[in-house]
Amino acid sequence: MRKQMVCGVLCAAMVFGTLAGCSGKTETGGNQSSVAQDGGGSSSGKTYAVITKSAGNPYNEKIAQGFQKVIEAEGGTCIVKHPESATADAQVSVIQSLISQGVDSICIAGNDENALQAALEDAMAAGIKVSCLDSKVNKDSRQTFVNQAGIKEIGQALMEAVYDISGGEGDWAILSATSQATNQNAWIESMKEVMKEEKYSKLNLVEVAYGDDEPQKSTDQTQALLSKYPDLKVICAPTTVGINAAAKVLQDEKSKVKLTGLGLPSEMAEYIGDDEAHSCPYMYLWNPLDVGSLGAYTSMALVEGKITGKAGDKFKAGEMGDYQVIEASDGGTEIILGPPFKFDSSNIAEWKSVY
Amino acid sequence: MGKNSLIKRITGSREASLLLVLISLCIIIQILSPSFLTAKSLQDMVKNNAVIMIMALGMLCVLLIGGIDISITSTLAVSGMAVGMLLKYNVIHNTFLLFLIAILIGALCGAAIGLVVSRGKVLPIIATMGFMYIYRGFAYLIAKSQWASAENLGDFKNFALEKELGLGLLNNVIVIVLLCYIIFFAVMKWSRTGRKIYAVGSNPEAAAISGINTKKIKLIVYTVMGMLSGLCGALSVAVYSSAQPNMLYGKEMDVIAACVIGGVSMSGGRGTVAGALLGSLILAVIAKALPLVGIDSIVQNTVKGVIILVVIILNVVAQRMMQKKNLKRREM
Repeated sequence: MRKQMVCGVLCAAMVFGTLAGCSGKTETGGNQSSVAQDGGGSSSGKTYAVITKSAGNPYNEKIAQGFQKVIEAEGGTCIVKHPESATADAQVSVIQSLISQGVDSICIAGNDENALQAALEDAMAAGIKVSCLDSKVNKDSRQTFVNQAGIKEIGQALMEAVYDISGGEGDWAILSATSQATNQNAWIESMKEVMKEEKYSKLNLVEVAYGDDEPQKSTDQTQALLSKYPDLKVICAPTTVGINAAAKVLQDEKSKVKLTGLGLPSEMAEYIGDDEAHSCPYMYLWNPLDVGSLGAYTSMALVEGKITGKAGDKFKAGEMGDYQVIEASDGGTEIILGPPFKFDSSNIAEWKSVY
Repeated sequence: MGKNSLIKRITGSREASLLLVLISLCIIIQILSPSFLTAKSLQDMVKNNAVIMIMALGMLCVLLIGGIDISITSTLAVSGMAVGMLLKYNVIHNTFLLFLIAILIGALCGAAIGLVVSRGKVLPIIATMGFMYIYRGFAYLIAKSQWASAENLGDFKNFALEKELGLGLLNNVIVIVLLCYIIFFAVMKWSRTGRKIYAVGSNPEAAAISGINTKKIKLIVYTVMGMLSGLCGALSVAVYSSAQPNMLYGKEMDVIAACVIGGVSMSGGRGTVAGALLGSLILAVIAKALPLVGIDSIVQNTVKGVIILVVIILNVVAQRMMQKKNLKRREM
């Protein structure tokens, strides 16, 4: 009896093992966590790590790809780490394992602005160059920050979109991620700042709703916005999950309310268009490949000692051109990639296959 | 006499107090926000909570036999992601076939858990914790860092918009929820398997002695839970027009909460389909109402937690009072 049981369990284990093995083999390009060894070259012998926010997200994947491509082209060793969940805890354990591996630099997209400080300070104390990209950590936890788009630039672009789509006046609302999300809060603050200008005086921000980056909650929040504010004209969702859920709700209900914000082209292709049948006339985002590449150039410049992360440092980021380290609003420094990129009916077909 | 006993049956049932809570919740919300009780708003609510409502049925059975399954949303992600990828790479477009595949994948996942729990005698919380990671991992492997978005889903996403199953009156998703509840109500109340599930949960030894194959019942229950999770995987892809490997991450707690609110005992043997329905409806109403009544977004989670606790405490107190009453009646 007991023997049978053991056999059964072993068989089950084997079946699962094979299953996992099969799916593992079909995986190309080593997505979960890959180490590309490449001896020789100018940056040879150096190991550069990039930590994204979480696994299984095409946006994070593109950042890592951009990073990896540059590092490998320069002959360095690249370690890509995707934490299993989008939490600071998951990132702390990744950072600790990288410290013990003795990498030369860590470039991280922070899941929390402050919670990573201890781990990243340990890394810097161990001589590792620490920078962040996509989503920053606080100024004491980093040497510099690769900012995908200046907070001001995003706020300005989104506010301009709201003004344009609403026709310059009326009610509008924001659908954000979580109330703690570093990026979203900074952009919303910046939009509010821009809104103080005379031009936007007829626009009325009725509510900032939080969908926690969950489709279900974002759907509830969007539907609530629609029934609470019958005169609503525009929803601005500066988060990829939120904009997707809101676009679906608006398009399914054939609502007159229009949508803009920041979203992934591949996810939003269905909803972008100029006619009444589409819920989103246009939206913005940056190119995550470029974010990753600039992160890689920054890591290399830090490791090679070309920059130290002080404001005023200048370096050349390969084909991307020259960049300068500037003061960031939080007292640290940052490097700004450029203005956000606009996706509309004319270019969405081309971009939806990219990311 | 007949009338008297009917009233007694209604007031004496565990679900009566819950129904009261649900109705008073609805009244309060309706006063605060008049747009709440409209046909459209209610349909939206059920549609947006269909996944939790359906999985609560499976969780009811699992809890009834004294088990627990925290791997359900991982199973959901595996089947949902499989559906998404089959559509994305133009393999299968038939909606019915896709639902069937999703349910089959779910059944396989559930059966594996059932085998480990019943034959391997592993504690359900530990076994399903393992499977939670394994299946979530599978979902990521199937996804290969890709998402299936609205554009890839073709006609499949229209399933959640159309009303053909509801004969043009009710949304398809709502019809599926109703069907599940009707089937489970009948099975749990009148079928042999349903009664055996209760028997295994209330007293496993007695059930085994009386000739019930407890291992088989456990296997069936976990497989059914898997099937429902698989079904919900396909449903949630249709409802949200998006398949992502982290779908419904952490939502297994909402499903368990729905059951617990509905008066299902965590130690097995007690709980009804009506309880699961009321429990998940209360959760759905809370989720729908919090943004409507204008509670600040930042405190919504706290309020949700407090309401859940209050509902559970109210229900427990009401139950104790009823039990006391019943005991008194017996003494006389």
